[in-house]
Amino acid sequence: MALSGMRGLSVFISDIRNCQNKEQERLRVDKELGNVRTRFKNEKGLTPYEKKKYVWKMLYIYMLGYDVDFGHMEAVSLLSAPKYPEKQVGYIVTSCLLNENHDFLRIAINAVRNDIIGRNETFQCLALTLAGNIGGREFAESLAPDVQKLLISSSCRPLVRKKAALCLLRLYRKNPDVVNVDGWSDRMAQLLDERDMGVLTSSMSLLVSLVSNNHEAYWSCVPKCVKILERLARNQDVPQEYTYYGIPSPWLQVKTMRALQYFPTVEDPNTRRSLFEVLQRILMGTDVVKNVNKNNASHAVLFEALALVMHLDAEKEMMSQCVALLGKFIAVREPNIRYLGLENMTRMLMVAEVQDIIKRHQAQIITSLKDPDISIRRRALDLLYGMCDVSNAKDIVEELLQYLTTADFAMREELSLKAAILAEKFAPDLSWYVDVILQLIDKAGDFVSDDIWFRVVHFVTNNEDLQPYAALKAREYLDKPAIHETMVKVSAYLLGEYSHLLARRPGCSPKEIFNIIHEKLPTVSISTIAILLSTYAKILMHTQPPDRDLQSQIWAVFSKYESCIDAEIQQRAVEYHALSMKGAALMDILAEMPKFPERQSPLIKKAEDSEADTAEQSAIKLRAQQQNSNALVVTDQRPTNGAQPAGQLGLVKVPILSNADQSAAEIVSHANGALTVVDPQPPSTPSPDLLGDLLGPLAIEGPTGAAPASVASGLEGGVDADALAIAPIEEQANAVQPIGDIAERFHALCLKDSGVLYEDPYIQIGLKAEWGGHRGRVVLFLGNKITSPLNSVQALILPPSHLKMELSLVPETIPPRAQVQCPLEVMNLQPSRDIAVLDFSYKFGTQLVNVKLRLPAVLNKFLQPISVSAEEFFPQWRSLSGPPLKLQEVVRGVRPMPLAEMANLFNSLNLIVCPGLDPNPNNLVASTTFYSESTRAMLCLIRTETDPADRTQLRMTVASGDPTLTYELKEFVKEQLVNIPVPSRPPLAMPSHIQPTSPPPSAISDPGALLAGLL
Amino acid sequence: MIHFVLLISRQGKVRLTKWYSPYTQKERTKIIRELSGTILTRAPKLCNFVEWRGFKVVYKRYASLYFCMCVDQDDNELEILEIIHHFVEILDRYFGSVCELDLIFNFHKAYFVLDEILIAGELQESSKKTVARLIAAQDSLVEVAKEQESSISNIIAQATK
Repeated sequence: MALSGMRGLSVFISDIRNCQNKEQERLRVDKELGNVRTRFKNEKGLTPYEKKKYVWKMLYIYMLGYDVDFGHMEAVSLLSAPKYPEKQVGYIVTSCLLNENHDFLRIAINAVRNDIIGRNETFQCLALTLAGNIGGREFAESLAPDVQKLLISSSCRPLVRKKAALCLLRLYRKNPDVVNVDGWSDRMAQLLDERDMGVLTSSMSLLVSLVSNNHEAYWSCVPKCVKILERLARNQDVPQEYTYYGIPSPWLQVKTMRALQYFPTVEDPNTRRSLFEVLQRILMGTDVVKNVNKNNASHAVLFEALALVMHLDAEKEMMSQCVALLGKFIAVREPNIRYLGLENMTRMLMVAEVQDIIKRHQAQIITSLKDPDISIRRRALDLLYGMCDVSNAKDIVEELLQYLTTADFAMREELSLKAAILAEKFAPDLSWYVDVILQLIDKAGDFVSDDIWFRVVHFVTNNEDLQPYAALKAREYLDKPAIHETMVKVSAYLLGEYSHLLARRPGCSPKEIFNIIHEKLPTVSISTIAILLSTYAKILMHTQPPDRDLQSQIWAVFSKYESCIDAEIQQRAVEYHALSMKGAALMDILAEMPKFPERQSPLIKKAEDSEADTAEQSAIKLRAQQQNSNALVVTDQRPTNGAQPAGQLGLVKVPILSNADQSAAEIVSHANGALTVVDPQPPSTPSPDLLGDLLGPLAIEGPTGAAPASVASGLEGGVDADALAIAPIEEQANAVQPIGDIAERFHALCLKDSGVLYEDPYIQIGLKAEWGGHRGRVVLFLGNKITSPLNSVQALILPPSHLKMELSLVPETIPPRAQVQCPLEVMNLQPSRDIAVLDFSYKFGTQLVNVKLRLPAVLNKFLQPISVSAEEFFPQWRSLSGPPLKLQEVVRGVRPMPLAEMANLFNSLNLIVCPGLDPNPNNLVASTTFYSESTRAMLCLIRTETDPADRTQLRMTVASGDPTLTYELKEFVKEQLVNIPVPSRPPLAMPSHIQPTSPPPSAISDPGALLAGLL
Repeated sequence: MIHFVLLISRQGKVRLTKWYSPYTQKERTKIIRELSGTILTRAPKLCNFVEWRGFKVVYKRYASLYFCMCVDQDDNELEILEIIHHFVEILDRYFGSVCELDLIFNFHKAYFVLDEILIAGELQESSKKTVARLIAAQDSLVEVAKEQESSISNIIAQATK
């Protein structure tokens, strides 16, 4: 029977088969599609046979993976053909080509309904099958009553009724409201008395679906289910054709036991007894047989019985029986049974009484960790992870570590995370924990995320007994010829803090420590160099009395990096260099890190959160947690060149940045005399994650923490103004005062597209921008206001990582009274709130003027207004359910404003408020489309719920199809709500890093005085 | 529930697809690509289950064809494995010792059969005999219609002679 009965179709399929390569196949397919298309166009000439043939061809082409973007109409129209052959084709092809969300299906509803309520049995079957396979909500609403009627009709034959049962199941899944519980529960119970096994099987599936949602109404089904199970298990009254390899319908048995698992318990003692009898029979009576299919079928039933026993809280004896069975299974050769044995044993861990019995199988489970089948290895890992506790942690973790070196890449990350968590949770002693993590880094450094080594630092810092041991271990690893960069980081950090505790051991003098760490420097990345520099500074500090030789070596390193291209490294080098010249004063500033506050391990949280554990997602989460600090200060926390996502930050990077920002703010406020006591906490208030932990204390511990940074910013002016990325250029700014408030100008430009960005007595920088999609074109107008030329004009763009920016050439000289236009092309790669900075300088006479200006290429420029109707909004809103696509936050400290003003603000940000969508008049619902290269156009929806009684807080929910976008947009809107520039704003609240107002010269020249003032 | 059924040849050619959960065309293509990569490369004698994106794919190889069904994580894997076998047995009975070629040239018949076994991703009929009877009835309906048609066109042809 090799021919399809349609010659044209067979010929086409043969042609395709004869194609030598993909290209030929494509040509043949294109030709056929062209042919079909023309034939469909002049439809009049088509016989039903031809139409049928072409629709089949379309399906075949579609199956091969080609886009078939026409002919859906023809397929759908065949549904209402009067004759069976055409109708059948129409139904089958439509249900293959379209999915439930396809528009054409709406057209089909009527035809389908007509066939369902019609008298023709075969047509009914076709229609029920289509609705059951691809019916959506609309199908559910319009067809459910008719389908229910068919299912319970006594005049319908089983072939129709079993289809009706599954069709109803689908419609119920699409919209549970279509089944009226009150009326249906009795009917459902009646259906379980059905004699026809086909109808009974389908009805049982329906029951499973109903009770999975709500079991309350269906208690009367329980005894019936038990009856069915008894009947099947005893093989009473089961027609021959419904036994499968001698087993009475294993599928019906499985489904019945599944349904029972949705009821919390079986209370009636008689029913319960019968049920346990059946279960006992299944547990004991299932033997391994030769025939694969019989074996599979009987074990399918057995595993379902195990699940039911577990669910029913059987006596301990029966549970132990189950574990014993599973123990047998995990040792058999048959891979399926072994896999399922492991899987079900993991489920069994929930039963407290049997955990000890499971532990007896540990050796066997560890063997499975080395199975050639990754599916089995995964199960074994999961089980080991689940059964680990203090008693066996050492063995299990050591096994995991051993396995790590040979494990496939797909599993290493999960493996190392799990090993790290177990080591932390169940460590019998902390030195063992440190050993484990260091081994982990050594063996699989690439898969050890930053949180894991941060956690080690956390523990070591908090446990003094551990410090010498950890330092010694770190020292030992450094002796290895090639070590992972993460190992360099953690060793350098630990040795910086604690190497002085080792001083008397051989090979641990400050100089030797420095040398061995310094050896690694040429091979590591920027973020690690930053840590190494901190370590050097600490080593210097701990070397008392100072070792001149070492000192000069380290100073040489510092001075080398003072001209490093990376601003962070450069700043550290400059600051540490200057600090270390201070001699004993260094002690106060670089003192040991204080202890971390105790809290739940972020690793465990991470493992709990990220079920699917994509690295990307967890990174976003990490970041979200990290920046979850007080909304009011978020904007002030942005580093000027804030390009790096926080996840990449080196160990001590953030505190310095934020402290620098903050101390600049302190200086400012100090200078203005507005505030003398500044709460040093906000920017780095403890954030709920580990990174925050490690970084936090510098800021929290006010004196120790804030000091180095403030000294540093104090020094900036004196050392090398140009080298500093963060602090404003005080000296020059002193000489040339800007006209107007730069921050205000920036904020104004964030909302409009042209205006003045900067102005001083000599130059005015105007800006005009055009935005479209994810691109923008900004023109900078550099206007010379005076009658002599401005020389050495330089404009440098410091783009954040999410923007691609190209500035055309800027002339060196601007002639007197002339204006120069410099176009700047902007492309938005991904959602981010980071801000681009224009580093602009020129010379007036001999005086160098340098300003760093934020460019208004901000997130809202890549938004385009779109207003959505209720029909469009709600499905979207619902489909984006929960984090990370939908985020909610209560924002406090909102600048109080009337609702209308808030609506205006939203509109001005291109977030178009859609009135009337939210019934509560105190809520605002807004929508917009965001454009970037990575997300393309993406719809974003925002809802803010305000409290008329308290205008300073509101609840905001943001949803979009991209987790980063949702997060960034939420933060962005939050910033707008809490940080709207008002003319009378106190200087403290302004973004300090661009604040042109500078501290009085005395503060700059005398860091000591400044320090004293701060303390 | 079964989210989709795939029949893929050893060369990675798709022989049948049936989707019970809504996937767009793009997702469908991606799933097929991903799964053929995972499943076709698995060594023989491993277990018949692959964990994939939070779902499980139960598959079994028959000669040159892989039959795959994707189910939820807590579904009963062996039950699904035997649904596959049930399907194969029915195809075998229908075509008389089925081979890949039968399914290529009569792919539409494979769809008819599948529709009698599964609806909404759930097993509809576990009796091979019943399925065979229903398919035979459908075939005869088509045959009858064809005969009628040819007799009508004969009549017309003769009348217009």
